[in-house]
Amino acid sequence: MRATAYWTTTYKRTWRGSVSSSFLRPVLFLAAMGLGLGSLVDRNGSLDARLGGVDYLTFLAPGLLATTTLMVASQEAMWPVNGAVRWNRAYLAMTNTPLQPRDALFGHLVYMTFRAFTVAASFVVVMLLFGAVESPLVLLAIPAAVLCGMAMAAPMAGYSVALTSDSGFASINRFVITPMSLFAGAFFPVGQLPPWIRPIAYVTPMWHGVDLCRGLALGGIGLWRALGHVAVLGAFIAAGTAVAAVRYRRVLVP
Amino acid sequence: MADPLIEARALTKRFGDFVAVAGIDVTVRPGEAFGFLGPNGAGKSSTMRMIGCTSPRSGGELRILGLDPDTHGAQIRSRLGVVPQDDTLDNELTVFDNLLIYGRYFDLSRKVARQRAEELLDFAQLSDRAKARVQTLSGGMKRRLTIARALINEPQVLLLDEPTTGLDPQARHVLWDRLYRLKQQGVTLVLTTHYMDEAEQLCDRLVVMDKGRIAAEGTPLQLIAEHSSREVVELRFAPDRNEVMADKVADLAERIEVLPDRVLLYADDGDAVAETVSQRGLRPETVLVRRSTLEDVFLRLTGRTLVD
Ligand SMILES: Nc1ncnc2c1ncn2[C@@H]1O[C@H](COP(=O)(O)OP(=O)(O)O)[C@@H](O)[C@H]1O
Ligand SMILES: [Mg+2]
Repeated sequence: MRATAYWTTTYKRTWRGSVSSSFLRPVLFLAAMGLGLGSLVDRNGSLDARLGGVDYLTFLAPGLLATTTLMVASQEAMWPVNGAVRWNRAYLAMTNTPLQPRDALFGHLVYMTFRAFTVAASFVVVMLLFGAVESPLVLLAIPAAVLCGMAMAAPMAGYSVALTSDSGFASINRFVITPMSLFAGAFFPVGQLPPWIRPIAYVTPMWHGVDLCRGLALGGIGLWRALGHVAVLGAFIAAGTAVAAVRYRRVLVP
Repeated sequence: MADPLIEARALTKRFGDFVAVAGIDVTVRPGEAFGFLGPNGAGKSSTMRMIGCTSPRSGGELRILGLDPDTHGAQIRSRLGVVPQDDTLDNELTVFDNLLIYGRYFDLSRKVARQRAEELLDFAQLSDRAKARVQTLSGGMKRRLTIARALINEPQVLLLDEPTTGLDPQARHVLWDRLYRLKQQGVTLVLTTHYMDEAEQLCDRLVVMDKGRIAAEGTPLQLIAEHSSREVVELRFAPDRNEVMADKVADLAERIEVLPDRVLLYADDGDAVAETVSQRGLRPETVLVRRSTLEDVFLRLTGRTLVD
């Protein structure tokens, strides 16, 4: 992917910072919330069946894996995408070469996938160090988290490419990303929500990603349930990419 | 004559109901330096983007290098060099990396891209800045880098959209010198500008563009000969007096234009006119006799000045 070359070159300038933060973030989160908060949650000694019969740290870790990967991937699909039209105009430089708008899109999506992968993989390494893992299937949680991230990043790229001001990102973070990461099952089971609100959680890519990653990290997820999640996340990616391709064309070759 | 590199017939661009390019005919032949001269909003960039195959035409015919942009866009772009009106350099990356990455977009091997990047830096007089971040370059250097970058695929045609707008006079002259060199090497240049001196310096042939239409076409000398007198006398009277005074000198010239800050008298013998003005005791604050320029052609054709 010729267009990916641009993003990997820019990454070379910042990778040190980004690698250390992709290890530091899970360490901090798991220590504070898994161990600190977990010591309160687990206090009565008996492990709660609603948390899958494991301690809070082990319950939380795969949820945070999916959330973190989704956040990093979708951030990459916000400002960098918009900036490639409005600031450094990297996409516009590409369209003056044999590359098409869809090449600019695919090239960037490949890079986002790579970023999601580095974040997910380092997160799983930290989970192993914390002993917050019940099954070797956790290794499959890495691609699962990447799927979850891209399920959000692909449509997000289509949204960002046409934005003409930054305020759109604030709303997306406020009304989509943040509520999704809080209520889609990462920190507590969706079953704890009032029944009328649960369906909203079930249609987010976040819930499918969290449930899939958790099922793999704890083991014992049914094959069909897992495949169902993969299918839904795959559908988000396919539909998101298709919409984004149309919007990239409209913006880049008016 | 060689086949045209660019051929447009009734070329049109619409954005919704708005017509940005209203049916223009243009032919550019190999080795020419061809210009679009016109004020802001004339439709120059819209035209250049259609020629550069980054904006589909709304109507008319267009052939670039004998191919149709609608069906062979990528193939055409691989043989064009584009210097867009707004820089698309990456400020965070080094000068050299900007060239390398652009070369990769054309599928050049790393080795070839490196080699050409070095040659082009030399051409752009930027070799000593190869490792500098683009952010640290002056406007003129950035423009030269953009031109160098556009040459990385050894294009048959170089498209330049307002190559020197916003640059100081010295930087403009350096740039003109580089473009002149390319022209000497036989590179076909297509450029837009709203500077008449740039058009006169660089263009073998040009069209005067206004409101999406072509008002006239020819070599700079032809256009001046056809649409203006040989010389122009510029008279500057006290503010508000220009209108009144214009009536008293109107009989001296073939044509007269009254601008807010001066009166222009078009005549073949400017000195004689200036002489008569002084004999009539009119005492303008300044008198300037000069040759006609493309600015005068534009004024004649559109009733407006190029740069406002
Ligand atoms: N993408 C666009 N959408 C809508 N209007 C546009 C677009 N691009 C240019 N225009 C309009 O078309 C007209 C011609 O613009 P342009 O081709 O940029 O002129 P020039 O380059 O000669 O200054 C202007 O009025 C401009 O506002
Ligand atoms: Mg323009």
